[in-house]
Amino acid sequence: MKIVIIDYGAGNIQSIKFAIQRLGYKAVLSNDPKEIEQADKVIFPGVGEASSAMKMLKASGLHTLIPKLTQPVLGICLGMQLMCSHSEEGDTSGLGIFHANVIRFNNTVKVPQIGWNQITNLESDLFSGVKNKDYVYLVHSYYVPECAETIAHSNYGVEYTTAIKKDNFYGVQFHPEKSSTTGERILKNFLEL
Amino acid sequence: MLTKRIIPCLDIKNGRTVKGVNFVDLRDAGDPVELAEIYAKFGADELVFLDISATEERRRTLADLVLRVAEKVNIPFTVGGGISSVGDVDILLQNGADKVSINSSAVKNPDLINELSAKFGSQCITVAIDAKLIEGEWIVHLVGGKVPTKLNLFNWAKEVEKRGAGEILFTSMNNDGTKNGFANEAIARLSSEVNIPIIASGGAGNMQHFCDTFIEGKADAALAASVFHFKEIEIKELKEELRRNGILVRL
Repeated sequence: MKIVIIDYGAGNIQSIKFAIQRLGYKAVLSNDPKEIEQADKVIFPGVGEASSAMKMLKASGLHTLIPKLTQPVLGICLGMQLMCSHSEEGDTSGLGIFHANVIRFNNTVKVPQIGWNQITNLESDLFSGVKNKDYVYLVHSYYVPECAETIAHSNYGVEYTTAIKKDNFYGVQFHPEKSSTTGERILKNFLEL
Repeated sequence: MLTKRIIPCLDIKNGRTVKGVNFVDLRDAGDPVELAEIYAKFGADELVFLDISATEERRRTLADLVLRVAEKVNIPFTVGGGISSVGDVDILLQNGADKVSINSSAVKNPDLINELSAKFGSQCITVAIDAKLIEGEWIVHLVGGKVPTKLNLFNWAKEVEKRGAGEILFTSMNNDGTKNGFANEAIARLSSEVNIPIIASGGAGNMQHFCDTFIEGKADAALAASVFHFKEIEIKELKEELRRNGILVRL
């Protein structure tokens, strides 16, 4: 199986690579369109600020490639947010794969949310073997509101989307590579889709 | 709901843990990676590695250690100690650290906080603040509490938030090492005056102290070293006790 982690300069990709390695698979880091197209599984990471990450994505030309991919694609954290229509962070247009607008948590809660939160109402093969209310690790200031494509929810002052799916595209707000055994199971489920 | 975090802190010198640890099951008592793996397995929510090396090679040694930790450990970790530039942070994050913690360098050059949060995002920038209560005022100190500054704790905390810090790690030098509990009054005030998470540090001696800092201190996370390293408190038992007290934890 060929696993590619998209390397466009945004994100803690080393940790994802190691997490995949711990599951007994091997992933390569790449920004080469051909290599990404030929992969069996594609991981689209992202950490940092949305508008600058989107700029880096555009600079590498990957913003037109990613929405056309047909194999399973997993966006993680900012990666998932960039797969949405729009982000309030830096007033940025996204890839438009998920029909959602990313907005900021309001100040009734501490921003960013940092730590372990529960995922509920799990609705996908991605969560096979994962229990309702299991804990995952999250670090984010912006979130995807609940929508028709939501496949997992969390609560931080508001009920919101912690995982989303449309066709072959999956997105998770949490970091499966840092979410202990629950995260490992979710990552394994994705790799074995 | 978001849970409160329990964070063991590992002091590192030249790539090895410094404070003694009392884990009979450790093959190599000084290996931070092995200790980190054990804490992850026992239910720690996060780890902090604090580098206190003073050698020329410290940057490379620390970067190598971060890479080895990232390879083995499946929970988030923060790295601090001597970090003073965008370049330092870049290599640590690239090697797999989730957050970095800056302390003296932020006091000496507050613009560093802005630069780091603009480049890497607030979520991975923790500002560590050591403070001491002197004649009724909390004064920020440097060099492990030895050198006072002119900064007031609460003013400094608000400033680091404004400059883009994603989290504050507050250590009370009055409480650190006493095992008499955390400085909850100051922590609660910090927690209400800034809108980013506060990690409480300094003074942990028993399980009740953790309950107190979450309830009275309104802390978002609690950090400790020796009570965990010497197995005076087991993380799993601590979390069960916290849950019995109505505090949300990951178990």
